[in-house]
Amino acid sequence: MLTAADFRAQFPFFAAHPDWVYLDNAATAHKPQAVIERELAFYQHENSNVHRAAHGLAHQATSAFEHARTIVHQFLKPPADSQLIWTAGTTAGLNQLAFGLMGTVLQAGDRILLTALEHHANIVPWQFHCQPYGIQIDVAPLDSDNRLDLVAFHQLLEHKPKVVSLSHVSNGLGHIQPIRQLVAAAKAAGALTIIDGAQGISAGPLDLALIDCDFYLFSGHKLYGPTGIGALYGKTAALELLRPLLYGGEMIKQVSFTGTVLNDLPYRLEAGTPNIAGALGLAAAVEFLQHFDPAVLQQHKQQLLHRLYQGCQQVPGLQLLSGLADNAGIVSLVLPGEHPSDLATLLDQQKIAVRAGTHCAMPLYSALQQQGAVRLSLAPYNTIAEVDAAVAALRQAVELF
Amino acid sequence: MQQQIDFISGQHAIFAEVGQQRDWQQKYRLLMQLGKALPPLPDALKRDELLVAGCESAAWLCHQQQDGRHFWGFDSEARIIKGVITTLLSQVNGLQTDELKEIDIHALYQQLGLAQGLSPSRSNGVAAVLLRMQQVL
Repeated sequence: MLTAADFRAQFPFFAAHPDWVYLDNAATAHKPQAVIERELAFYQHENSNVHRAAHGLAHQATSAFEHARTIVHQFLKPPADSQLIWTAGTTAGLNQLAFGLMGTVLQAGDRILLTALEHHANIVPWQFHCQPYGIQIDVAPLDSDNRLDLVAFHQLLEHKPKVVSLSHVSNGLGHIQPIRQLVAAAKAAGALTIIDGAQGISAGPLDLALIDCDFYLFSGHKLYGPTGIGALYGKTAALELLRPLLYGGEMIKQVSFTGTVLNDLPYRLEAGTPNIAGALGLAAAVEFLQHFDPAVLQQHKQQLLHRLYQGCQQVPGLQLLSGLADNAGIVSLVLPGEHPSDLATLLDQQKIAVRAGTHCAMPLYSALQQQGAVRLSLAPYNTIAEVDAAVAALRQAVELF
Repeated sequence: MQQQIDFISGQHAIFAEVGQQRDWQQKYRLLMQLGKALPPLPDALKRDELLVAGCESAAWLCHQQQDGRHFWGFDSEARIIKGVITTLLSQVNGLQTDELKEIDIHALYQQLGLAQGLSPSRSNGVAAVLLRMQQVL
């Protein structure tokens, strides 16, 4: 059976940078050889545009592109009557949703429900589009464990929001949300449900038939795939409700100056030439992942997380904002009274790659009353030795204050 | 701000000390101690128009001229950048316009031996502060 060490061996980055410890996986993951080769092979041997051209090369490219769609779609264990729309990433998908529901589903006087731990990409598009339409945004707060306050969430559902949009995993803290229950409650209240899976997609196997949300979004580059490609999964009936954000190219059936007929799904929501190589690369990432037992990878990551968490707890002065239970592999911490960027600079000196700041989740950090945090985020290719090096570097950094 | 100007004028020797320090721990220890010792700017000066964009942490740079001499004041939420900018200001505060024009502030920064070590966003913060300083001249 393939191990976590076999997994790591497939990522050429580590051989190129043996002196670095990469714990910024929540920002982006490294790419296995299979993904790099797939993109290269497309440009070297297969390059053609998809769907339109009248030649055999384009038919081959189209067939590979649509096969990639099926691979990525099926990876989500989707219910029947669902589809996968290619996007540039989670942010692009959330912008399509916020724009696409205005006026079609959301009308003046309606409410939507977000949570205090969302990434800016799941806040700002809603703010910009809701305001001119006169739609109110409710925000479910955190509880004392820095997790979603479930009581408050259920109370806010009593306002009958038309849309509930929340993250699968908090990018700032790593906490995994009980999305199956949250989706069920939101649906019972009559809402369309959107799950921001940017961090959730790599947290273990998904089962969207079970979760039963209307939409799920993620970015390829956090799943070992290329940047600039992502997916907006949706139930077909829910996708049909969306007004396209972008117009032109393949999303159209017939155009005249008296009127234009839009194409069917999924093309209607994919204007312009898509990121073909990116889609093939993302499908290659999914197929690569499927060679490994997800339980082996997740167990290894949890072992790393426990070691990192306990190591950080033993560094005098550090305060951990993340909890260990239901955590997808993120330890966010602060040195009280000090700015997180100072701690990150001292880690950078020791070649420990982390992120510092508010991680595009400013409302989360204001709820936590912190000016930000240092975030260490794990992937299954990380090692015990790397975790130990990071803890030793943290100890060294803290001693310099 | 006068309190800070007086403090910085007493730090002239720190520039050489930081630049010559080969041990990164000692170098950063010096910068962090300096950052901690720098008297804060009064809140009245921490205005939005004095915020330096491009810094990872909030940072404010202000400038005044006294008898033809230029003085800058600086504050930030983070210590290391305060130490870095104080070290640079120790070399340029109090100079006249023609004297400042002779000085390559980026070369001064390079002499500190930090460019390799500061992360891009933080380096950009330093670059943004240096740019703001040059805009005065």
